Amino acid sequence: MNKILEKTYFSDKVVQLVVENPLIAKSRKPGNFVILRIGEDGERFPLTISDADPVRGTITLVVQIMGVSSSKLVALEPGDTITDLVGPLGKPTHIEKIGTVLAAGGGVGVAPLLPIVEAFKKAGNRVVTVIAARNKDLIILEDEIRKWSDEVIVMTDDGSHGRQGLVTAGMEEIIQREKIDECIVIGPAIMMKFASLLTKKYNIPTQASLNSIMVDGTGMCGACRVSVGGKTKFTCVDGPEFDAHQVDFDEMLMRLGGYIQEEKRASEIYSQKL
Amino acid sequence: MSLNPEYLKEERNQMWRAELRSKTKNKERMLIPRVKMPELAPAIRVKHQDREVNMGLELNQALTEATRCMDCVNPTCIEGCPVNINIPKFVKYIEQGDILMAAATLKETNALPAVCGRVCPQEKQCESRCFYVEKTDKPAVAIGHLERFAADFERNSGKANIPETAAPNGIKIATVGSGPAALAFAGDMVKYGYDVTVFEALHEIGGVLKYGIPEFRLPNSVVDFELDNLRKMGVKFETNYIVGRTSSFDDLREEGYQGFFIASGAGLPRFMEIPGENYNGILSSNEYLTRVNLMGAAMDDKDTPVLKGKYVAVIGGGNTAMDSVRTALRLGAHRAMIIYRRSEAEMPARIEEVKHAKEEGVEFMTLCNPLEYFADDKGRVSGMRLNRMGLGEPDSSGRRRPMPIEGSEFELDVDLVVVAVGVSPNPLVPSCLPDLKVTKWGTIVVDEEKMQSSISEMFAGGDIVRGGATVILAMGDGRRAAENMHLHLQNKSN
Repeated sequence: MNKILEKTYFSDKVVQLVVENPLIAKSRKPGNFVILRIGEDGERFPLTISDADPVRGTITLVVQIMGVSSSKLVALEPGDTITDLVGPLGKPTHIEKIGTVLAAGGGVGVAPLLPIVEAFKKAGNRVVTVIAARNKDLIILEDEIRKWSDEVIVMTDDGSHGRQGLVTAGMEEIIQREKIDECIVIGPAIMMKFASLLTKKYNIPTQASLNSIMVDGTGMCGACRVSVGGKTKFTCVDGPEFDAHQVDFDEMLMRLGGYIQEEKRASEIYSQKL
Repeated sequence: MSLNPEYLKEERNQMWRAELRSKTKNKERMLIPRVKMPELAPAIRVKHQDREVNMGLELNQALTEATRCMDCVNPTCIEGCPVNINIPKFVKYIEQGDILMAAATLKETNALPAVCGRVCPQEKQCESRCFYVEKTDKPAVAIGHLERFAADFERNSGKANIPETAAPNGIKIATVGSGPAALAFAGDMVKYGYDVTVFEALHEIGGVLKYGIPEFRLPNSVVDFELDNLRKMGVKFETNYIVGRTSSFDDLREEGYQGFFIASGAGLPRFMEIPGENYNGILSSNEYLTRVNLMGAAMDDKDTPVLKGKYVAVIGGGNTAMDSVRTALRLGAHRAMIIYRRSEAEMPARIEEVKHAKEEGVEFMTLCNPLEYFADDKGRVSGMRLNRMGLGEPDSSGRRRPMPIEGSEFELDVDLVVVAVGVSPNPLVPSCLPDLKVTKWGTIVVDEEKMQSSISEMFAGGDIVRGGATVILAMGDGRRAAENMHLHLQNKSN
């Protein structure tokens, strides 16, 4: 259980892991996440499941090195075991046939977007996907996204792959070209904020999958609270997907920085240890 | 759970008990003053999150205290105990000096005696029904201190007695959750011979005993020892497993599980929904205590961080509020304040917890209510606005209703706020069972006697039924559920 079977580097800092966990592989749905803990001193942190193989009994996770916990996870090799892994958590994405879906993924957010793109396509929708990152090296899962999308636009900040520009530029081009019935955005909070402002301008229903700070992930602690339509919601049990036009992204950005001093200090101590 | 008067009488009539009664005159027993629990000095204990405040009785103190007990013909104390411990029997074993037998007596009906001896509100339960309280003006026998003494003595003796279990009947039973309700249930079911698996969502077994109650009140090593006893009796434990999510109830039925006990706790922390409550540095007591107790955030070698405050306000007046404010002191707060909208008389916290908090330097700002929070330019809480309250007529809870006093608003500098105003039932498990009847508050509806839910093979207890109660009431639920599930399964097979 929880053994790492495969490890693939997408870039220096972005790694894909295939992990053995037959129960979660069978029960997870697109949009679900898991909570992990690495080692007895580790903290609990969430990662969205990007793929699963119920026959082989595996789930796929994509992690970007950000701080201590992600570094500890990436330091594991095939054959190693993840100390604790629990899930699937969160409400699954609501998938139905609605027409044309615009999916937008930023950076490592493309990983959790992949199963949603696949599910919308399989439900009979036309799916247009925009994937974006700072540069070519940070564009991930492009082939897999292409497999389940009718059209894919790649955007990079520096123009090293696809077109130069932000994710919103690619999205707006499509919105102006054809009627979009629903939009889903996953990526850094700041990217989701501007993607949401864009679709709001065009009045397109939009879901955003939020990456709040969590401790237990089961509704117990309230660390992941977020204001949606003026009401406080818990990302772990009420989400992680919400109506993006109702989310207070500025508050979310503020809350994501709530432990920034502690995180910096922990990273310094960790890098000294290595 | 019915008391069996015949059994109690039979036990009381045993030779050794009769001899003990005749050895010391009741008059002499009544002259002995109640023992005082030795405590770690406040100046020392506020520096240690993990050093227990109550240090436990010495052997001679326990022997003397046990002598105070009259071994009454009609032991009303037992009626005050939600798990019906045979109190006179265990106390008299202590008086006789047979502490291991006292511990074995506790374990006849209580799976977690070392826990209950520490965290039960005995003053509202067994001790409130003691002969001394009911018939004299003297304080009750210190039943709680003696319970803890016997359990600790056994643990330290290395000769732990493992309660007898019936021959295995091969019937698989699951508990959802691993807190006090589930553990009490599991202990009884394994005695009846069932094959019990305890499923826990977190990475540690114990529920609120591990994530909620701090080590200075209940050391984790004490909980682990009691868990080990259950393991030796045959209870199986699965961590990182959310029944209904990781696997469905149907999956577990297919695996042969015939009964489920849902004790998933009161998950969701409540907030007051006042302006600024989502600023950084304002967190639920669940989050604060989980970071420190379960994740060890106060220790340098643990990855989980915790925000440390110099000026800490804890909102609420229950045991969780006391645990939070005392934790804040131990993590270095200059000012640690309880902010409670009623007066001290209405506080739900145990008197002992309030006393300990005061000795340690906690400030009590009673009859104060938060109105809004302020933050610095980075979004970290920096202050709050409150108003003072007066007490009006009694409300539905029987306590006098707090009413704001006009023009009494004032501001307070704070850099950490812990909100401990209660919890709502965790929706995670009930949401997986559309046929399960729940109240409008989200608690599971059960037959109060049997603890049986609207789905016949599912029983429930603890906070998911009560919405927020004590360890011992949860354990009482677990015991009643076990007794009735056992009857239910026997009737089904006949």
